[in-house]
Amino acid sequence: MEVDPGKCVACANCIPICPMGAIYIDPAANRATVNLDECVECFTCYRGMSKEHMNPTLVRAVRRVAKWLRFRFEPEPDVCPTDALTPQELTWPRIIRRAFSDPLVPHESTGIHGRGTEEVKTNDVTNRVKEGEAGFTIEFGRPGVGVRFRDVEKMTMALAKLPVEFEEKNPVFELIADRATGALKADILDEKVMSAIVELKARIEQVPAVLARVEAVAHEVHTIVSIGVSTRCDGTGDDQLAPVLARAGYTFFRGKTNLGLGRVPKPVNP
Amino acid sequence: MTNTLHRFGAPETQRDDYIVFAMASKGINDAGAPQKLQAFLRLAVKHGPINVGHAIKGGMYRPSANLNPLAHWSRPETADPDAVVRSIEAPSTVAAVFDDVAKVEALLKDLKAADLGISINISSLAEEANACCKRAGITRHSIEYSLGFHGDLNQLPDRHVLELSTMCGHGMLSHNFARKMIDMVRENRRTPRQAATYMARFCTCGIFNLTRATRVLEQARKGE
Repeated sequence: MEVDPGKCVACANCIPICPMGAIYIDPAANRATVNLDECVECFTCYRGMSKEHMNPTLVRAVRRVAKWLRFRFEPEPDVCPTDALTPQELTWPRIIRRAFSDPLVPHESTGIHGRGTEEVKTNDVTNRVKEGEAGFTIEFGRPGVGVRFRDVEKMTMALAKLPVEFEEKNPVFELIADRATGALKADILDEKVMSAIVELKARIEQVPAVLARVEAVAHEVHTIVSIGVSTRCDGTGDDQLAPVLARAGYTFFRGKTNLGLGRVPKPVNP
Repeated sequence: MTNTLHRFGAPETQRDDYIVFAMASKGINDAGAPQKLQAFLRLAVKHGPINVGHAIKGGMYRPSANLNPLAHWSRPETADPDAVVRSIEAPSTVAAVFDDVAKVEALLKDLKAADLGISINISSLAEEANACCKRAGITRHSIEYSLGFHGDLNQLPDRHVLELSTMCGHGMLSHNFARKMIDMVRENRRTPRQAATYMARFCTCGIFNLTRATRVLEQARKGE
């Protein structure tokens, strides 16, 4: 993302909007400027702010007068008055930033919007995670910190040594160059994204070992790691996962509950 | 896509936060999904959600591409759930947010009777969701638990900011903007409801809970 210096009036509304804190007023130019190394191309500033399309010269003049009079102008805080934010054309590898940061851009690998897969949300139809199994969503960068793939690689390489099964439809799986070691493609390691999710599956009895490995690696990365663990319930709605997590010392109360109302259509007879 | 799972806050701060969402599985049961998703949202709207959203087209609180400058003096809080329903043209994820478990229970009974055949999930306190399912005569199929945040926790802001910003799980609501909204409320430059509405416009999926946000902002104002 870039800011058109011909349009920007340095109102600074976009500065707190940026989830990565990548926008600032350049004192030399007195215009908003984007630190492109920190920008993850999430398009929050471009899409989330309302736009007024006002004349920049007029707005600057009014702001100068108000500033001279020491008036505190209190505009709507979510507005770009001159539509100054301008998307740039993205090429490889920078284009990967948007794919992992803008939820409105579908991943080519999954065909769905977002950073992961359907995971447990359609488990009533896919039966991807079965009774006795645990699905893991290990997310990096959220909330509001971001992550470089160099840190994601630390986790994929650590987990590749365990008896786990990576989710092949997950966008990060597409970036693994060596599936034996978990190493990612070299040219994306310095790219920063809003978040990336590693998804895998293991037997429920392996949950403590997998979580111990995840926590160990989490202490080595310069970001936040959010962990989700799922399973299929039995016929009464109970699950084997909760006691395992409790014994491992985890506190958990929030969850995503699949109601089991989905179904696979019956094949049509020829 | 774990955008609803990791909302920050103690259990007692999440008892007015229920996200019910629907989706079809790509290539398995997505034929006719747009009509089923519309039917889901129409049922949800009947029970008075505080927000609804479409993962691609946006929520019922949206930014304006051509804002009238007079909005600085008087900006109506426009929110049209029916526009979200009408915007569904392709398989996607649609969601409705509730602040009252009784409304969720009534919706679940309707959904069970409607038998849409697409996957329905609730993101909330897990035990509350399970109890709600049982009262509606539904046995849950699967569960995903949030184990919270790990790693370099020094990079996280304070609890009020986190309670607000994590209500957009895609990260479209920045910590800095949540902090700015708290400051504007504390300085009495905006009401909690106005500040919550500004934040809701950044959540493209429409899963931001304005009731909870308004309560958090009121608590932050008083330093509670």
